Amino acid sequence: MSEVSARIAADPAFVALQKSRSRFAWSLAGIVLLAYFSFILIIAFAPQVFARVVGDSQTITLGIPIGLVIIVLCFLLTGVYVRRANRVFDPALREILERHLKSENILDKEADFAPGEGLSAH
Amino acid sequence: MAQSVNFLAIGMFAVFVAATLGITFWAARRTRSASDFYAAGGGITGLQNGLAIAGDFMSAASFLGISGLVFASGFDGLIYSIGFLVGWPLILFLLAERLRNLGRYTFADAVSFRLRPLPIRTLAACGTLCVVALYLVAQMVGAGKLIQLLFGLPYPIAVVLVGCLMILYVTFGGMLATTWVQLIKACLLLFGATVMAGAVLLRTGWSLDGLFSAAVAKHPKGAEIMAPGGLVSDPISAISLGLALMFGTAGLPHILMRFFTVPDAVQARRSVFFATGFIGYFYILTFIIGFGAIMLLRGDPAFLGEDGSGIRGGNNMAAIHLAQAVGGDVFLGFISAVAFATILAVVSGLTLAGASAISHDLYASVWCAGSPNEAREVRVSRIATVLLGLAAIGLGVSFEQQNVAYMVGLAFAIAASVNFPILFLSMFWPGLTTRGATVGGAVGLFTAVMCMILGPTIWVDILGHQAPIFPYKHPALFSTTAAFICIILVSKVDRSAQAARERAAFGAQFVRSQTGIGAAGAAGH
Repeated sequence: MSEVSARIAADPAFVALQKSRSRFAWSLAGIVLLAYFSFILIIAFAPQVFARVVGDSQTITLGIPIGLVIIVLCFLLTGVYVRRANRVFDPALREILERHLKSENILDKEADFAPGEGLSAH
Repeated sequence: MAQSVNFLAIGMFAVFVAATLGITFWAARRTRSASDFYAAGGGITGLQNGLAIAGDFMSAASFLGISGLVFASGFDGLIYSIGFLVGWPLILFLLAERLRNLGRYTFADAVSFRLRPLPIRTLAACGTLCVVALYLVAQMVGAGKLIQLLFGLPYPIAVVLVGCLMILYVTFGGMLATTWVQLIKACLLLFGATVMAGAVLLRTGWSLDGLFSAAVAKHPKGAEIMAPGGLVSDPISAISLGLALMFGTAGLPHILMRFFTVPDAVQARRSVFFATGFIGYFYILTFIIGFGAIMLLRGDPAFLGEDGSGIRGGNNMAAIHLAQAVGGDVFLGFISAVAFATILAVVSGLTLAGASAISHDLYASVWCAGSPNEAREVRVSRIATVLLGLAAIGLGVSFEQQNVAYMVGLAFAIAASVNFPILFLSMFWPGLTTRGATVGGAVGLFTAVMCMILGPTIWVDILGHQAPIFPYKHPALFSTTAAFICIILVSKVDRSAQAARERAAFGAQFVRSQTGIGAAGAAGH
């Protein structure tokens, strides 16, 4: 591991950021996995649950609104993730990286740096 | 073969296909003059790229296949829609940024950060070829059926024609233009599907209940189409299909590749957000289209199959017939043309992914040990394109009767059994070693392919044997589990010095995957 990487890896701010980022990502992933596998397992083991007609309709079965809700949920959760990543995680990471890289003179002062753009070219 | 030739529809069809090809040539020339494709891709916004990703994903399988599945079995089509979609949020949350920050474009490159490139590349290329082959066959069947229906040609000739067009399209248009074609096509397809679903709902007075009631009244299975069970009748199949669809998306080589051609992390995330929205909206439309097809086409003698049952041209053509039922010949021509352009665009991307797996990964990196003659590499990739085209024609003829969404499901099963376990463990498990990844990935690939060959689809339907040796249609539950177990076990018992180095490199990979920096000391490129 290069010296900078090692120092960043040991930075408490970086460790804390990665922890909260990973907890957030896994929570969202957990929601999607839970919703999807509940859907699949109900189809596998108790399909009659989804066959029940809902409300005062003639034919709409429970499975259809639930399926649609999962589709909408996927869209909303990606939106939640994008918002938090752009507003919270990116600025925090940029601040940590600037602290380490500026002292190393690796970062060109003019460079318009955004995390994730891959500094390997420098 | 008493199929009438529909000249108005064919005219529309020809105009649209010619226009797409024209755009391809225009965009190809334009991108070639501006440094290269990826630099030109840098000017594409998150919204545009989201549309292009959605365009890649809304293939013949999604449009013709899912509406056909809904037409045949009702509710169960929704399982495919949801399964195809849920992979996207997971890619975004767990893999996308890490992969991007490793600064590479293909899954093999990213995994090679700490594992030995040679065996990983060989395995990735084999996995890619199997995925591409199945995906290609699905598109070929869709396109062949479409041409057969529209031009009244026999199916094998239609498939040969599509295969030749596809080879031409790849050779002349190439990868440079697919982003633009996908983008335009995605808009046209979203527009067409919206009009079609709107026309269906208009007839039921904007009442979903009315639509479903009418469909239940027309379908021979009656109220059964509103409940799960028509398509996946046993728990093992349901779970297996569910696994394949979800994890397969995170292992599809051509989809992951497009995801990495965006300018920065912010736009990358935004494009996944838009793509998920468009794909989700589109799948809701295909569900309505499928039920609309049941309502309007079932029992109508004009659309009855040659044998007096089902539908003319097979279930895959439900959406095409529905276009004629709601919008006449002009709309039929429009939808057919958009569907065909969709297939050509997806197929050219797939063929290129397959050809580059042969020419770049297998020939240049493995066979020539990384020092190939560039002209020869290009020639190998051309030959590979033609061979893939010929293979797709041959397989397309044998798979005529299969649903295209189901076949894409098989492609997803292979991606979920080879690419996904290696990719996932390389990101999240420090203990992964080259030996473990290679042995486990090979076991996953072998298990998936053998289960498919010995299963009901190939062993019984195509090879004509009495009973399948492997009883389930969907292998992913077994092959993905086998891959994960073998990768972990073999990695655990791997005591080589190489393995120790690979485990130690995880820290550097982690920092780089989270930040995009630190490559110089660790990657050794």
